[in-house]
Amino acid sequence: MADHKHSANQNSEHAFVRAEDAPLLPPPATEAGITGWLWQNIFASMADFSSAGASLRSACVAALTVFLLYFGFAQIYTLLDFGVFSAVWSDPDELKREACWTVDQGGGLPSGWHAACWPFIYAKHKFIMYGAYPSEELWRVNLSVLLGIAGLAYVLIERLPRRREVGAMMLTLYPLLCFILLTGGNLAIPFGSIGLWLIIGLAVISLGRLAKRGFLGSTLSEFHAFIGLTGWAFVIYNTVRGLGAVDFGLEPIDTRDWGGLLITLVVAVTGIVVSLPLGIILALGRRSEMPAARLICTVFIEFWRGVPLITVLFMASVMLPLFLPEGVNFDNLLRALIGVMLFSAAYMAEVIRGGLQAIDKGQYEGAQAMGLSYWQSMRLIILPQALTHVIPGIVNTFIGLFKDTTLVSIVGIFDLLGAGQSAIADAAWSTPVQATTMYLYIAIIFFVFCFGMSRYSIYMENKLSKSRRH
Amino acid sequence: MSFSAFFYDKRLRSVLFQALLVLSIAFGFFWLVENTVSNLSDQGKSVGFSFLSQTAGFQISSTLGTWLMKYEVGRSTYLDVYFIGIINTFVVAVLGILAAAVLGFSIGIMRLSHNLVIRGFATVYVEMLRNIPLLLQLFFWYFAVLRSLPSRREQTELFSGIAGINITGLYLPAPIAQSGFMIVILVFIMAIIGAVMLSKWATKRQCKTGRTFPAFWAGLGLIVGTPLVAFLALGSPLDWSFPEFKYTGPLLRRGFQSGTGMVIVPELIAVWLALSLYTAAFIAEIVRAGILAVAKGQTEASYSLGLRPGITLRLIVIPQALRVIIPPLTSQFLNLTKNSSLAVAIAYPELVSIFAGTALNQVGKEIEMIAMMMTVYLTFSLLTAAFMNWFNARVKLVER
Repeated sequence: MADHKHSANQNSEHAFVRAEDAPLLPPPATEAGITGWLWQNIFASMADFSSAGASLRSACVAALTVFLLYFGFAQIYTLLDFGVFSAVWSDPDELKREACWTVDQGGGLPSGWHAACWPFIYAKHKFIMYGAYPSEELWRVNLSVLLGIAGLAYVLIERLPRRREVGAMMLTLYPLLCFILLTGGNLAIPFGSIGLWLIIGLAVISLGRLAKRGFLGSTLSEFHAFIGLTGWAFVIYNTVRGLGAVDFGLEPIDTRDWGGLLITLVVAVTGIVVSLPLGIILALGRRSEMPAARLICTVFIEFWRGVPLITVLFMASVMLPLFLPEGVNFDNLLRALIGVMLFSAAYMAEVIRGGLQAIDKGQYEGAQAMGLSYWQSMRLIILPQALTHVIPGIVNTFIGLFKDTTLVSIVGIFDLLGAGQSAIADAAWSTPVQATTMYLYIAIIFFVFCFGMSRYSIYMENKLSKSRRH
Repeated sequence: MSFSAFFYDKRLRSVLFQALLVLSIAFGFFWLVENTVSNLSDQGKSVGFSFLSQTAGFQISSTLGTWLMKYEVGRSTYLDVYFIGIINTFVVAVLGILAAAVLGFSIGIMRLSHNLVIRGFATVYVEMLRNIPLLLQLFFWYFAVLRSLPSRREQTELFSGIAGINITGLYLPAPIAQSGFMIVILVFIMAIIGAVMLSKWATKRQCKTGRTFPAFWAGLGLIVGTPLVAFLALGSPLDWSFPEFKYTGPLLRRGFQSGTGMVIVPELIAVWLALSLYTAAFIAEIVRAGILAVAKGQTEASYSLGLRPGITLRLIVIPQALRVIIPPLTSQFLNLTKNSSLAVAIAYPELVSIFAGTALNQVGKEIEMIAMMMTVYLTFSLLTAAFMNWFNARVKLVER
C-alpha cells in the first residue's frame, strides 16, 4: 500500500496543466431561466420513473396537474364570464327584471344566457349598504366610516407620532361620536340628574385629593386612589350620558332603519372594541391565583365558547327581555350586540391568555422585584408585551367575528347578507340569476375585507417574529 | 395590628376581593332570576318540563331523525322533536367531519407540493373559502346552485337510473335488511376485532423475532372478505328498494313516488357541502402547519438510516406532525358541529331549527328550551375538551 503511494508520487509527470480559466458554462437548463423555473415548479414533480412506484406517482401527479389546470381555468372562466363578459351592465330603459330575461322568459337575451345582472345591484346598492337609513342623512354614516378609516390608517402607519394617543381616542371618543352621529343622540335622560351626578363625582374627586394630602386622617388617606377612581368613574359615565342626551339637532334614526354593510360594521367593530377590555379582564382572571376568580372566569369563557353563536343570538333575542326588569326594553340590534360582545369576549380572552402564557416568567418576577403592584406590573410590563405578541391572533379573531356578523340576519337584523337576502326577494327584479349576482357581490365585499385583514395579520406575524429573533 | 397593615395584607385582600366578587355575582344572578320570575308570572307562564310530553303538531321533512324516531304529526311528542333535532345535527356533523377531514388533508398536502399548479390551486381554494362567510356559502349552495336542479316533475338520472336527483332531493336505493342480515353484521364486527388482534400479534412477533407480517393487507382481507363470504353464503339477505320515477300519468302524480328508495333532502346536501368545503380550508392550513412543524433533520436522519420515503413519512413525519395537528383539528371538528346550527337559515330540521325555532314558537317555553338546546352543544364541547386533554397527555413529549 505504502509502496504504491510512493511510486505514484514519483511518477507525477502531469500530462496536462490548464493555463487559462475553464470557460464559463451556462447554468444547466433545469436550474435557470424559464425552462429551469418550469422544471422546478412543474415538471420535476412528475419526472421520476426510476421504479414502478415512482412512475405511478409521477403519472398520478401529471394527471392531477392536467385536471387541476383544466378545472381551475374552467372555474375562472365561468366566474369571469358570469361576472364580466356575458353580464348585463346597464338598464337604460328601466326595464328592471326584463333587462335580465332571456327570450324564453320574455326578455331580449339569448336563450340559455346565465350571467350577472348588475343593474339589480345598482338599484339595490343603497339598501345593501345602508338599509333603510334616510337618504338625506347618509352623510352621517359616511362621516363615521371616513373618520374610522382615517383613524385606523393613522394608527397603522408606523412612522406617525402620537399613535398611542390616537389609538386611545379611537377606542373611547370615536365610538361615542359614532353613536351620536348614527342614532342622532338626544336620548331622553333628564339633564338634572346628569348634572347632580356630575357634581357628586367632582366632589368625590376633590375628596380623594384631600385624602391624598392627609387632611382626612390616615385611614382615609390609604383609600385616596380608590376614592379618586370612583369619582372619575362617576364623572366619565355621566359625561358620556350627558353627551348622549345633548340635542345636536340631528334627526333621531331608529336602529330598525339601519341595515346592510352599516350593521355589519357596527356589530363587528362594537364586538371587537368591547371584547378587548372584557377579554383582558377575563384572561387575567383565568390566570389569577384567586380560586374564586379563576373558577368564575373559566366557567364564563368555556360556556360561551362551547355554544354556537346562533344559539347565543337566539338567547339574546328571546331570553334577554325576560331577564330584565319590567319596562326596560332593548331594541333588537342592542340585544344582538350584547350577545356578540359576550361571545367574542370569551374568544378574545383565550387569545390574550395565550399571549400572557408566552411571557417569560422572569418578566413577572422582575416586575415584582421592582416593587410594582399587581395592576402596575400588568399595565406597565406584562400586558404591553402580551398584547403585542397576540396582535395576529386578535386580528384573526376579528376576521372570524366579521364573518360571523352575518348570523344576525337569522334573528331578523338586516346586515349585509340579510339586506341582500331581502333584496333578492324583490319581485320587480325577479330573474333566475338574481340570487347568484347578489351572492357574488356580497362575497366580493367580504373577501376584500377579510383577505386584507388576514394579509395584515401575516405581515404583523412576520414583523414580530423578526423582532423577537436575537 | 394597625389598619394599614391589615389593608395591605395580601392574603386578606385576596379573600376580601373574592368574597366581594362571589357576592356580586350571586346578587346579579339573583336579580336576573327575580326579574325572570316576575316577568313570567306577568305573562301567566309557568316553569317546567311538562311540555315535553305534549304532542307536536307540525310537519318535519323526512330525514334520518324522523325515520329513527318514527315521527308522526299529532302522535309524537316534543321530546321526540328534541331527539330528532339531536340526531339530525349529529348526521350533519359526522358527514361533514368525514368529508372535511379527507378534503382538508388532501388540500393541506397539496399546498406543500413542489408543483406550482397543485400548490396554486390549493392556495386559491384556501384563501377563497376561508374569507367568505359560511352563511353566504350556505345560501349560495342552497339558493343558487341547488335551486337550478330539475323541478319536482323532472329528474336527472344518476348511475343509469338507479338513483336520481331533482329539486326535492337526491333519491338513492334504500337497503332493506332481510332475516339473516344481522349475522353478516355480527361477522363484520368480529372481523374487525380479529383484525385488531392480528395487528397486535404481528407487532409483538416483529418485536420478538424481527420477522414482519403483512398485517394491514391481511386485516383488510379479513374485514372485507369474511362478511362477504357470510353474505353470499346466507344467500344475499339484503333487498334494495329502488326509487321509482313516473314520467307519465296525471301531472300531479309524476315525479318520484313516495315510499320507494330513500331521499336525501336538498337542505342536507347544501349544509353538508357548505360545512365540509368551508372547514376543509381551515383543516388544510392546520395540516400544512403541522407538517412544516416537523424539523427537516428528522426526515434527513431517517433517510440516512436507510428508511424509504414512504416509511419515513409513515413512521417519522406523520406521528410527529399529528401531535401538532390533532388539537386544532379537534377544535375545527367542534367548530363544524357548532356551525351546523347555521342550517336553521335554510330550514334543515336540526336542533336549532326545529326545537328552538318551530317548537319554541308553538310552546313558548323560552328558558327551558334554549337551556336544553345549549346543553347539547355544551356536552359536545366538553366531551371534545375531555378527549383533547386525554390525547395531549398521551402524546406529550416526555422530556428527560
